[in-house]
Amino acid sequence: MTNENLQAAVSAGVMSAESEHRALLQSIVEVARAIFSAKAASIYLHDEEADELVFEAVAGEGSERLVGMRFPSSTGIGGWVLVTRQPLIIDDLEQDPRHSRETAESTGYVPKAMMSVPLLHDERALGVLNVLDRSKEIEFSLGQMELLGLFANQAAIALDLLQRARHARAILTQSGGDAGVIARIASAVEDLDEEQREPVLRLLTALDDVLRADVSF
Amino acid sequence: MAQPEEKPERYTGETLPAWSLPAAASAEIGIGVEWPERVTRDWALGGSTGAGIRVCILDSGVQPDHPLVGALEGAVALRKTEDGEIVVEDDTEGDLCGHGTACAGIVRSLAPDCRLFSVRVLGAGFKGSGSVLLEGLRWAIGQGFDVINMSLSTTKKQFSGLLHELADSAYFRRTVLVASAHNMPVESYPWRFSSVISVGSHEEADPLTFFYNPAPPVEFFARGVNVEVAWIGGARIRSSGNSFATPHMSGICTLILAKHPELTPFQLKSVLYLTASNVGGAK
Repeated sequence: MTNENLQAAVSAGVMSAESEHRALLQSIVEVARAIFSAKAASIYLHDEEADELVFEAVAGEGSERLVGMRFPSSTGIGGWVLVTRQPLIIDDLEQDPRHSRETAESTGYVPKAMMSVPLLHDERALGVLNVLDRSKEIEFSLGQMELLGLFANQAAIALDLLQRARHARAILTQSGGDAGVIARIASAVEDLDEEQREPVLRLLTALDDVLRADVSF
Repeated sequence: MAQPEEKPERYTGETLPAWSLPAAASAEIGIGVEWPERVTRDWALGGSTGAGIRVCILDSGVQPDHPLVGALEGAVALRKTEDGEIVVEDDTEGDLCGHGTACAGIVRSLAPDCRLFSVRVLGAGFKGSGSVLLEGLRWAIGQGFDVINMSLSTTKKQFSGLLHELADSAYFRRTVLVASAHNMPVESYPWRFSSVISVGSHEEADPLTFFYNPAPPVEFFARGVNVEVAWIGGARIRSSGNSFATPHMSGICTLILAKHPELTPFQLKSVLYLTASNVGGAK
């Protein structure tokens, strides 16, 4: 196997992981939107480096245009939820000073009501799940908040997997040189005949054991 | 900000042994509370307005003179300097996001004559750091407030040990720490510690209705759904969440302590239990 082949193989795994996780996020916002009979639902990812919130998945109003759109992480209800790590359900956004009308207008849809919940994974807040303008027949209750929390758990796991896949791809792209040595060894082992391969594999297994050892003496 | 004040007479004296009780001392260990045969709401808080009780809102600051909040007796803000040092300064900005004002208004609505103080640990843009929260709490405990309302928590495990120590020190110094449970089933602190009074929400509209939870860690449920709260700019909004249930419980604690200033946090929790809406003494 050549260096390029190995990279291509790993990349294919990582790439497919990205598209599958995206599909999972999309399915979560679509189900959330359907359950609450809402006008729209969306997931923001928190880009820690840029300290911005990024639309990762959108169902309903604006779904086509919004994915990838960014705004500062301390903006609006999403920012509040991200920082306080607490869900927030607001039925009259006009009256709420935390609401950023400017940000809403830039998305092309200004909601009247919003349910937002942080996506928590271990100690990190990865992003925010929003449900915009749920059906007026669904009054606020603690049960609704709990239901939203259940969706948030699912979305947080999907978002974590997506971030890991992206991280793996970045490492693969950036460290072509380091990965190259491993690719060359893999390729050389591939070309060995049965008799030669056996001792080489034993050597590599021993090296693997040493690298994995938690205790040395 | 006012200086720390002496607590009302509660201990019988400093000569009491701290770690053991010799026979000769047992007569001196009076608890100073005349407990009725049956503890009722009326005994616990009937007629109380919270007068004299010092309540600290550890939050985003409090907008002074909001109609629902009234006068503040003191306000400080904690800030991290560029050198990473945390400093305590007089707060001249009030509330930067509304949350603290909401909590203060709820306490005031239940205990109109209490003495309200604000300690700001959440800054502009809703930003707060665990270390500022920790220092704010340490500072507030040092001031000897009777009640500290903490409608916030941190999910950072690295702070849990220190927060635990602080929560215990408040408990032993007879400062009642009333802390919001997280609104989602996640671990955060300090509400999970048994030395605090932890609060979740119920859906009823009566501000004095509260329930004891026989399945902790959340110990009490208070009004937290669709509450009209004070907000910045003199506004009022309707909001829901444990953040607003917590000051209801702080207000109830304030009423009880104003009537029975000798109660320790342990005794106060016992009174709360006995007078909870799902326990006998509520009537």
